Amino acid sequence: MTVFIIRRLLQAMLVVFMMSVIVFFGVNIVGDPVYMLVSPDADQADIEAAISRLGLDRPILEQYWLFLKGAAQGDLGDSFIFGEPALKLILHHMPATMELAFSALMLAIVIGIPLGLYAGLYPDSRVSKGIMAASIFGFSLPTFWVGLMLIMLFAVELRWVPATGRGDLGSFLGIESSIFTSDGLSHIFLPALNLALLKISLAIRLTRAGVREAMGQDYVKYARAKGLSTRRIILVHVMKNIMIPVVTVMGLEFGSLIGFSVVTETIFAWPGMGKLLIDAILQLDRPVVVAYLMIIVLFFVLINLIIDILYSILDPRVRLQDQGA
Amino acid sequence: MSDTTANPALSADKPAKVETPFQRFRAEFFESKIATVALAIFVIIVLLAVLAPWITPQNPYDLGQVSVMDGRLPPGSEAFDGYTMWLGSDGAGRDLYSAILYGLRISLTVGLASGVIALLIGMAIGLVAAYAGGRIEAIIMRIVDLQLSFPASLVALMMVAALGKGVDKIILALVIAQWAYYARTVRATALVERSKEYVEAAQCLGISRFRIVFRHILPNCMAPLIVVGTVQTASAISLEATLSFLGVGLPQTEPSIGVLIANGFEYMLSGRYWISVFPGLALLLTVVSINLVGDHLRDVLNPRLKK
Repeated sequence: MTVFIIRRLLQAMLVVFMMSVIVFFGVNIVGDPVYMLVSPDADQADIEAAISRLGLDRPILEQYWLFLKGAAQGDLGDSFIFGEPALKLILHHMPATMELAFSALMLAIVIGIPLGLYAGLYPDSRVSKGIMAASIFGFSLPTFWVGLMLIMLFAVELRWVPATGRGDLGSFLGIESSIFTSDGLSHIFLPALNLALLKISLAIRLTRAGVREAMGQDYVKYARAKGLSTRRIILVHVMKNIMIPVVTVMGLEFGSLIGFSVVTETIFAWPGMGKLLIDAILQLDRPVVVAYLMIIVLFFVLINLIIDILYSILDPRVRLQDQGA
Repeated sequence: MSDTTANPALSADKPAKVETPFQRFRAEFFESKIATVALAIFVIIVLLAVLAPWITPQNPYDLGQVSVMDGRLPPGSEAFDGYTMWLGSDGAGRDLYSAILYGLRISLTVGLASGVIALLIGMAIGLVAAYAGGRIEAIIMRIVDLQLSFPASLVALMMVAALGKGVDKIILALVIAQWAYYARTVRATALVERSKEYVEAAQCLGISRFRIVFRHILPNCMAPLIVVGTVQTASAISLEATLSFLGVGLPQTEPSIGVLIANGFEYMLSGRYWISVFPGLALLLTVVSINLVGDHLRDVLNPRLKK
């Protein structure tokens, strides 16, 4: 077990290192950020001063070495645009993204599971067919397009909720979030729904498959024979059995929600990490781009590491297979 | 398809006509009305895109044919040059119908090119993994698993952040984001095929490894590859549009559908919906029709679902 965890840890570190090489060299050969930063009428001396201030006159290998040294100490460089540490900038934007991703996950569970339950119980009804068709659309419609439509319908035509921004923040148990104020809630509704659509479809499909399988099982027949009401069989016995896999998968999707939030945040001008990344790419703010990508890589590698370890505890075959290879 | 109904005499002569696999596949595919309609829509979209220069009233990127006087006209307005702009015009005075068809050319080219390249690369890597086995396979599959643990959209976004804008760079980013899906599919199928008797027979006949892999195993892996290919191509088109919409994909000089939607976004809040909505509908029709065809192909090509 220890050997397995150490192997996986080493692999994870190798991945993070390789990504740092790809990301750093990739980002640093694109465009010339100096021209974005100095005023158009700057003379040659100004430009050279800016270059040396940003450390761009050094050989790229030396720049990478400095980056690695800094990264090991938790310093991912200073933003060219804001002059603040990139890491601080990202951590500052992180709560907004987390809040959005979390709200989307909740929406997916609250909307997706009941719909999936219905579609699983009455697979031949028209409503169920409608739900399944809608879930196909949920999978294939591009997120940004749905976001545009949501803005057009709810914010421009009906004027129910505002189209952009985060709204007032409320504080609860020391956590600041928009979900604690009514203004904040009205701001988060559209972006969270937009981000959740794909996961709602996923929840519908998982729940439906689970219900259809569970309904044929012996324990359901037995509960019927015992004379339990259908309502009790479904809500207590069936739900208990299908909730575990569904909620697990949905939880694992949290990482991809954070990845996808780049699109949603840009459309709804939500001040999270994703919008920060897009702004940084457009302004050639290299340290912020590199820092964001490194944090996301770290995040995903960690999630996968935890899943791998959990699986290996639950299913020893995974561990043996890995050692055999 | 309508051979038998059109020529009853012919079919009566040969009652035991043997169907080729392709005929059977064709008949099964067209059994589904939805898939048939979806395929028809996709073919029409491709035709419109290919024929764009001959069937649009203007070349939206020839400055001599675009007039700023026509800017932001609602659908159905008459343009300065006399033709009707059925879908309205965008901020720069381009006829949206023309702009959409020209945009589809770029979107489809990028989507198909990246799909085909990713398929070829993924296929080669997957075959090598399946046939080499041992350490090589373990290493390749670890890389594939690793990459698949990141969402494709995130990988593509990372790549454009690192590579920059431009058609070639977007295609490269999409290929990097998608090759692993093909590699996994090919390897899984090839592993099953490799243990079948016909491979053993070929080995006994002394046929070279290379020939066995490419002439005997590969053709039997094509069915799942085609299914994955259609779905992945749709997602490549949609990804490119997303990246371009975010401003990190194609530049303004290569106005794909995503760029058109992004341009219209600023007018959306002022109620000029058509500049974003019509290109969006075109994208939607393209992506959904490919997905529906792919979905049905999966049913038709999967032998396990056969009655």
